[in-house]
Amino acid sequence: MSGEIANSAWSSQQGAAALAAPSLTEKRRAFDWRILLGFLLPIAVALLWEAAVRFGLAQGRLVPPPSRIFATLLALAETGELWTHVWATLWRVLTGFIIGGVAGIVFGALSGSSETIRRLLDPTLQALRAIPSIAWVPLFILWLGIFEASKVALIAVGVFFPVYLGIAGAILSVDRKLVEVGHVFRLSRVQLARRILLPAVLPEAVIALRSGLGLGFMFVVAAEFMGASEGLGYLLVDGQQMGKPDQILAAIIAFALLGKIADSLLVLGTKPLVRWQDIVRERL
Amino acid sequence: MLELEHLSKTYADGTRALSDINLSVRQGEIVSLIGGSGCGKTTLLRLIAGLDQASTGAIKLDGEALSGPHPSVGIVFQEPRLLPWLSVSDNIAFGLDHISATERKERVAHALEKIGLIEHAKRWPRDLSGGQQQRVAIARAFVTNPKVLLLDEPFSALDAFTRASLHEHLLGLWEETRPTVVLVTHDVQEAVTLADRAVVMQPKPGRIFDELPLTLSRPRDKTDLPFETSVRRVLTALDHSLKPSHQQPQRERDRQAAALWW
Repeated sequence: MSGEIANSAWSSQQGAAALAAPSLTEKRRAFDWRILLGFLLPIAVALLWEAAVRFGLAQGRLVPPPSRIFATLLALAETGELWTHVWATLWRVLTGFIIGGVAGIVFGALSGSSETIRRLLDPTLQALRAIPSIAWVPLFILWLGIFEASKVALIAVGVFFPVYLGIAGAILSVDRKLVEVGHVFRLSRVQLARRILLPAVLPEAVIALRSGLGLGFMFVVAAEFMGASEGLGYLLVDGQQMGKPDQILAAIIAFALLGKIADSLLVLGTKPLVRWQDIVRERL
Repeated sequence: MLELEHLSKTYADGTRALSDINLSVRQGEIVSLIGGSGCGKTTLLRLIAGLDQASTGAIKLDGEALSGPHPSVGIVFQEPRLLPWLSVSDNIAFGLDHISATERKERVAHALEKIGLIEHAKRWPRDLSGGQQQRVAIARAFVTNPKVLLLDEPFSALDAFTRASLHEHLLGLWEETRPTVVLVTHDVQEAVTLADRAVVMQPKPGRIFDELPLTLSRPRDKTDLPFETSVRRVLTALDHSLKPSHQQPQRERDRQAAALWW
């Protein structure tokens, strides 16, 4: 039976071609298998630890086994507590990311496109960048109070600098040869910016926004450490003070998932803009 | 008619790239600038394209002085310089912003057909070979119907077969509107294949050494005896241009002596 199928496949041109070259879907499936490889190590470690605790080789008091972490996570989710915290953190990150990102794009574009503005702005901004962002915390609390405003401000500051640097650098490194094409076709400054500079900087702008978003998640923890009554960072502090390592780890896992999802959404959302890139393979 | 009058270019660091270039090119003529490296061929082309400013002298197109990029002057660079985020047809349409969408579509389709890439219209430049990309670049320059087309060694990075087929594509496009073509090249065969006149240039500073008319009938057969003779003539002129000692005019030597004196 199977021999017959193989025969009929070989007898036709398309069949031969299909056998000779693996089809696109087949290639995709092979790739998926290799993605699963990445899960191997963490799962193996988790299972080993779980077994160690179950068989009494370790107490698991300070490093709780995975089952207990997930039980905690589940309990938090069931009471709805987790979602309050996730939402609070997410709101802070997003607000800070939007403020810092927009400011970074605007200042980066200004400083990248005009030599005069660059000489005016860049030294000051570079000096401010040299300050560890956490050092702003006391000042922000004095200025903006201990509630949301100071937290969002800290996150915005954290997001601003990588975005600013990325955008300004991308504009400065646009290929002179492509800009000359614009000159040959007598584009005005605005047209040049819209038709050549903007698309040319998009790939690097996406990278800048991604690193900005990453820093946003970093700073939200710092912000929530400085006195919050909700948010994943509060869960961390609470877990430490109450001696609940499982809650700390649950919050860390929630952070990891949240960060990864936000980053993936950003990549997915900007993918159509940078699809033309001639790169070795899709970015991670 | 494209006229270059006493054109010279000195860079900010004092390098004299071009000195006293005088050249006039008839409407529809194909002129090839040929010479060793560093003789200012590309600089000259960039001046005509308006991408650089001449230090002295004037460039005139039909009596109108050019000072900057001009709608009637198109250029094809050494590299294709396609915009990687635009499809092939959008790249060709890049300079056609000012005309109606239907006419734009028509012109692009016609150009695509001319260069034989109609099935690649919706693809990205990265999917094309070097020769195909350069064909798109040539089409992009041609669709605006320029009076003068400048070509800066556009075929130098390609293999011999691709180059020969691109020569045909170029002549095919040229036949339609007969623009004036100034072609920079270091390939004598190419100059003789395409040009009505070869202008041999000489380095340090860049200047015109000799002009040779190439009056072979088209299409030109590379194995023909007249073709071979023309190639040899250009090669001889090129050879002389690179031996500055006894070929340099007296005046130029005096000027250099004076410069030394200072």
